[in-house]
Amino acid sequence: MLTAIGRYTELLCIHIGLYASTLGRAVRRMFSAPWHGRMLLLQAEEVGVQSLPVVLLTALFTGMVLALQSYIVFHRFAAESMTGIVVSMSVVRELGPVLVGLMVAGRVGASFAAELGTMRVSEQIDALWTLSTDPVRYLILPRLLAVTLMMPLLVVLADFIGIYGGYAISIYLLDQNPAVYIENTTLYMQLEDFYSGLVKAAFFGMLIGTIGCTEGFHCKGGAAGVGLATTRAVVISCMSILISDYFLTAWMFG
Amino acid sequence: MSAPTQAEDQPRISIRGLSKRFGDKVILEDVNLDIMPGTSTTVIGMSGTGKSVLIKCVLGLLKPDKGEILVDGENWLTLSESEQLDRMHRVGMLFQGAALFDSLPVWENVAFALLRRGTSASEARTRAAEVLDWVGLPHVEDLMPAELSGGMSKRVGLARTICHKPDIVFLDEPTTGLDPIMSDVINRLIVRLHKGTGTSILSITHDMKSAAMISDNIAMLCQGHIHLQIPPNELDSNQDPMLRQFVEGRADGPVNCSDWGRNIEEALKR
Repeated sequence: MLTAIGRYTELLCIHIGLYASTLGRAVRRMFSAPWHGRMLLLQAEEVGVQSLPVVLLTALFTGMVLALQSYIVFHRFAAESMTGIVVSMSVVRELGPVLVGLMVAGRVGASFAAELGTMRVSEQIDALWTLSTDPVRYLILPRLLAVTLMMPLLVVLADFIGIYGGYAISIYLLDQNPAVYIENTTLYMQLEDFYSGLVKAAFFGMLIGTIGCTEGFHCKGGAAGVGLATTRAVVISCMSILISDYFLTAWMFG
Repeated sequence: MSAPTQAEDQPRISIRGLSKRFGDKVILEDVNLDIMPGTSTTVIGMSGTGKSVLIKCVLGLLKPDKGEILVDGENWLTLSESEQLDRMHRVGMLFQGAALFDSLPVWENVAFALLRRGTSASEARTRAAEVLDWVGLPHVEDLMPAELSGGMSKRVGLARTICHKPDIVFLDEPTTGLDPIMSDVINRLIVRLHKGTGTSILSITHDMKSAAMISDNIAMLCQGHIHLQIPPNELDSNQDPMLRQFVEGRADGPVNCSDWGRNIEEALKR
């Protein structure tokens, strides 16, 4: 038992060290040429545009279900008019960045790990080095930047769609007054609620990029190794998002 | 590209006392090998003796535990990461599985080093087409690596290796997995490259025909050491027992493998 705990702790420390080292190596390269702008644009398109359908659909239904649930509870206290503010605050401060983060971790983090892992086991990363190309600069930095920059943009859209989902259910299904709904929403919500979600989104993006790229870059052991790296990237990214969300919230609003 | 150059009688690559282990397993132990300018040296040896590890140590892909790797007198192991990358302009490497970039078309794979150095796309494409023509693959520039056969991939890999005119070329099992005709095509290409450009070549192979054809010097790696070095015309006449066993492909000899699988019939019956 103790041996197993020791082994897992050692493994955890090694992985945290690897993530920190990858992040450090990528950040150091941000401040010197060459920058692979084309790779950054390609990755931004892959992370941002390609993730839109899944992210927006998730946001829409989350807003809708949140409105429905809140209405049922508030109805017991005759406080239905509070539905709007609960939906918008929940989406903007928590559910937007967290759910988008989880979706992007599943889609993009997995793809980073699988792609880089395949490149590692088929010696393509070694080939880059022998062609005078720094693999960290060429492969990791554009992915890390793309996901860190695209996450807040995705969250902005997800926030609007999520709030609209809640509005649509409240107005068209639950017969609430649209003017009261909008007034309550705008009255209590502040700009810093919105910004806090964006800060979280950028942080989650950095986590997803770092974990996905590190797992793929250091992948070993053929096809099985790529599969393991991909699974680990998704699981660790999702766990990290949920854990860090608590600490970020405590730091920003505590 | 600030690497010093040396006189022709000095080794282009000098590997001195190179040792590498993975955990408790010793892969290379005090390996010494010189590759003279314009010569082709082939390292042979059984699978798992560390031939690929040797090349990866020279290229900086693996960090050896001990030793020196001098290229034109400059120790590559003491260089910083960016200096090592800079030196890679002088190097071409053909990987065993070609290691073509899946996401790029053939011409971008071949011209990758040129494009990274700032050569214009049209110029790089013209050069890629020219080199692809040398390796007998005209009109494949726009294909993707997934559309190529094994032999074609290897030849595209060779084209990528030589496209930026390196003065040192490393070949990791250039004919492995190819049919005899394609192997001969690749061997002839390597000989033409070597004779035509005076490039220094370090290759590793199990293919004795290939070793005899492309080498000026053959080194046998065994149990982590360079066991012997001979010219290719001695491959058939040298009576070293280890070499004879390897060249003749026998399971019995100094490395005794004849007992392996002796219980297979009983196991299969069970």
